[in-house]
Amino acid sequence: MQLARIVGTVVATRKDDNLRGLKLLLVQPLAPDGRPSGRSLVGVDAVGAGVGETVFFVRGREASFPFLPRQVPTDATVVGSVDHWSAGAAGGRAPGEKQA
Amino acid sequence: MRLGRVVGTVVATRKSARLDGAKLLLVEAMTAGGVPSGPVTLAVDAAQAGVGDTVLLLLEGRAAGAALGRRAAPVDAAVVGIVDAIETGS
Repeated sequence: MQLARIVGTVVATRKDDNLRGLKLLLVQPLAPDGRPSGRSLVGVDAVGAGVGETVFFVRGREASFPFLPRQVPTDATVVGSVDHWSAGAAGGRAPGEKQA
Repeated sequence: MRLGRVVGTVVATRKSARLDGAKLLLVEAMTAGGVPSGPVTLAVDAAQAGVGDTVLLLLEGRAAGAALGRRAAPVDAAVVGIVDAIETGS
């Protein structure tokens, strides 16, 4: 999986039927210090994530597993919303959305 | 598999049901000489590893799910061993 931030949403009215009703998120992978790392991608939401949230996503065939038995055609799915993470000196707390 | 070093941990209470209870580690791939090489991956811990450990990093979904011991777990990476020593050369 990869640490990432939701930087936007994608709307596609004409799409594969098995993608109907699922939220498409614009996902920017992050390095452990919180800076963007690599290209952004479109992932399907499986945990109710919103723009600005720090999350992690899974790639490959396993990205369809959260929706089984429905066969969702996705190669990237957001499967976790991060409360906080630590990485050496870096690390961080998810900005704002986690009230105590 | 790749050699890696655990550089951090991630806490995520809201996650896919099949990940409940799984410990999440940030692992940086490295060469046999210990030089970082490649992006930092978020992996499920199947070896009770901790920050600073040198580990075996599995980077394939089906095997990672098997290492976690859960059917159809949405994972694509797992720490499956803690490395004690690396010997290279003749």
